[in-house]
Amino acid sequence: MKLLKNNSLSLNQLDGNTARLLTMFVAIFLVASLTKPDMFLSSGNFQSMSKQLVEYGLLSLGVGIAMISGGIDLSVVYIANLSAIVTGMVMKALVLTAVGPELLLFILIAVLAGVLTGFLCGAFNGFLISKLHIPAMLATLGTMQLYMGIAIIISGGSTVSGIPRVFSQLISNSYLFGIPLSFFIYLFVVGFIIFIMSKTKFGMRVFLIGTNARAAAFSGIKINNVLIKTYILSGLLASLAGILSLARLSSAKADFGSSYIMQTILIVVLGGINPNGGYGTIRGIFLATITVQVISSFLNMFPEISNYYRDLIWGVAVIGVLIVNFSANKKTTAKLAKATAN
Amino acid sequence: MSENILSVKGVHKSFGGVHALKGVDLTIKKGEVHCLAGENGCGKSTIIKVISGVHKPDSGEVELNGKKYTSITPSEAIEAGVQIIYQDFSVFPNLTVMENLAINKALASKKKFINKKEFRRIAEEAVNKINFKVDLDALVEDLPVADKQLIAISRALLADAKLIIMDEPTTTLTKTEVKRLFEIIEDLKEQGVTILFVSHKLDEVYEICDSITIFRNGENVLSCQVSEMDDEKFAYYMTGRKFDSQNIKQNAKAGDSILEVKNLSAPGFDNVNFNLRKGEVLGISGQLGSGRTELSLALFGLLKPYEGSIVVDGKEVNITSPAKAQELGIALVPEDRLTEGLFLSQSIKRNINVTKLDELSSKLGVMNITALTDESKGWVKNIGVKTKDHEYPVQTLSGGNQQKVVLARWLATNPNVLILNAPTVGVDIGAKHDIHTLLRNLANEGRGIIVVSDDVKELVDVCDRVMVMQQGKIINEIASGDLNADMLSQYI
Repeated sequence: MKLLKNNSLSLNQLDGNTARLLTMFVAIFLVASLTKPDMFLSSGNFQSMSKQLVEYGLLSLGVGIAMISGGIDLSVVYIANLSAIVTGMVMKALVLTAVGPELLLFILIAVLAGVLTGFLCGAFNGFLISKLHIPAMLATLGTMQLYMGIAIIISGGSTVSGIPRVFSQLISNSYLFGIPLSFFIYLFVVGFIIFIMSKTKFGMRVFLIGTNARAAAFSGIKINNVLIKTYILSGLLASLAGILSLARLSSAKADFGSSYIMQTILIVVLGGINPNGGYGTIRGIFLATITVQVISSFLNMFPEISNYYRDLIWGVAVIGVLIVNFSANKKTTAKLAKATAN
Repeated sequence: MSENILSVKGVHKSFGGVHALKGVDLTIKKGEVHCLAGENGCGKSTIIKVISGVHKPDSGEVELNGKKYTSITPSEAIEAGVQIIYQDFSVFPNLTVMENLAINKALASKKKFINKKEFRRIAEEAVNKINFKVDLDALVEDLPVADKQLIAISRALLADAKLIIMDEPTTTLTKTEVKRLFEIIEDLKEQGVTILFVSHKLDEVYEICDSITIFRNGENVLSCQVSEMDDEKFAYYMTGRKFDSQNIKQNAKAGDSILEVKNLSAPGFDNVNFNLRKGEVLGISGQLGSGRTELSLALFGLLKPYEGSIVVDGKEVNITSPAKAQELGIALVPEDRLTEGLFLSQSIKRNINVTKLDELSSKLGVMNITALTDESKGWVKNIGVKTKDHEYPVQTLSGGNQQKVVLARWLATNPNVLILNAPTVGVDIGAKHDIHTLLRNLANEGRGIIVVSDDVKELVDVCDRVMVMQQGKIINEIASGDLNADMLSQYI
């Protein structure tokens, strides 16, 4: 037990995983800076990195929270697309006639419609998982198809474009100290989720349900209630990602960003969230997000690595991280067992 | 040949910084039933693992059948005739009885194909050794716990066991099953098999064992014949402390009714009536499957009754969920601490705080961390949870201390009715005494306590009256004056 205590103190109260992630981030950052100094260390690269990571960063937060509760949310990408399509279509329908301040109001209404979409999608996921006891993996695999289907039907299968330029300009092309506004939105949301998960009773309950749902029920936790809120939160985060992507691309489509599903799971696992639930930090997800973005940008700087290799590289990364986490967990468990053995 | 089948001398074993065995000796004579007793964490499991070759001792020697080993391997131990019946029995639930029994021998024979006839012959031979009547084609998962244990014993005998180590074999058995197990142990003894019986239940030790060794904190503190043993001595050597044997029930006086159950029926029990009064400890007993657990679940909103009513403090209530039960001042310490009670990998603090989250958070749901920390620290101290820090995972605690954490969680809600299902299973004597005293004190404060248990001594020690259930019905109620162990044993 002494061992455990000393370990955590020597790392300045950071858990092992955060320390590992920080080391990894710094190492990759240094390698990238040294091998491709002109391209990597340019302000243009930093701007584009901070723009790109926002969307899957937000999606990863949702997947992470679902995973902490003992489940998973595979539908986030399609909730994002559906929300973006709803926002885009509402905007187009209203904006045709609008001018001046009215325009901003309509944009706001459209954004709220998108957020509401995320809310409803998340609530439906939560309903299936909590009330009907469908395993989260299957429930969200099903709703993933469902939300994509709805998105295809309402958009007629085509790209929704023709979004008012004000909207894109405002969100995607505004900079503060050279950093895009969307990145600030992301940072704010990360801070907010850290607060929710570590300082509120809801957050604590999500962790407890993820650790042992049966004991949670015996402790008087209203499990259905907490789980529905969990997936609503995930849905809201996804809709926000969708709306930001709408602003960045000035368009939305039912099947944008399909590869993000893999990437969010990679980030969440890399961030140290226990796939069985109950463990992990939002801080870890944040660090994993920026690490993955740096790796991804760095890979882009080698034209000789074709896009065909991307899936292979990410696949190897996911499995590698799982193996490292597994053996790290085993070590911790062994240490704990030794410390408590009779 | 020596007359000792096993002789362990001066064995030390450390794990990390923990000195689990500090030079222990253990000598077992051939053909005896030897009891190894001690509280949780005293080194019982470690010594078993040393004898069976799972752990290598740091120093000291193990002598089996006259042969000395400084460290023994698992296969050497099996060859020397050591077999262990673990608490979980290590049987394959998805295979049949026959397959479970024959599989080891079949695997050892290195044949590639399975011969069903051969299997049946081996299995029959095994069950006949202990006169165990069982359907060889039944799936093991469908059998009662006691039968699984007998399968493990039969299998051990197939491997020519000379020394069978049984790790707390009676914990999950009912009275009749324990009786049958004891008959089999007697029988084995006649066949010349030596038994090391790990237990901390004194009445069992008296009944079945010839001699006893007691461990405390990694040392052997006593070895003697069971005939030289008495209750006080046993408790003293186990815990190192003296308990006043005074009746803890001395100032019991019951007040107004606090919980009344009328004609209550639910899946598992039928037409149950009783009245719990303030300041009273009511025992509910019966065998596994008698409906005692279901009754406790129904009172806590985890099982929906289809008939009857529950009256709390004079008002008829509908307990639809544990949250609702908590609101009504009802608390339940569940039967299975590990799966129903605890968040094992989470901190002691979180485990205690779970029921206080609503009370100690702002309207927007932000936790008052200081208040929650104080609350948890206070309970750790008040109820005597032995730990260095309440931020440690609850799995680092011993069984008794884990149970105290579950108790603290519910006492924190200041319940009027406290229901405890099997409150001291797997809890050592010291903690058991603490918990029993605590329950009496809680009753004296005017709360109503329900203890669901099949531990006769526990019921007699803490309860004012005991209701006995059988097949979902209350078949008897024994009032305070008539309550004694012999009387109660007849009904359970």
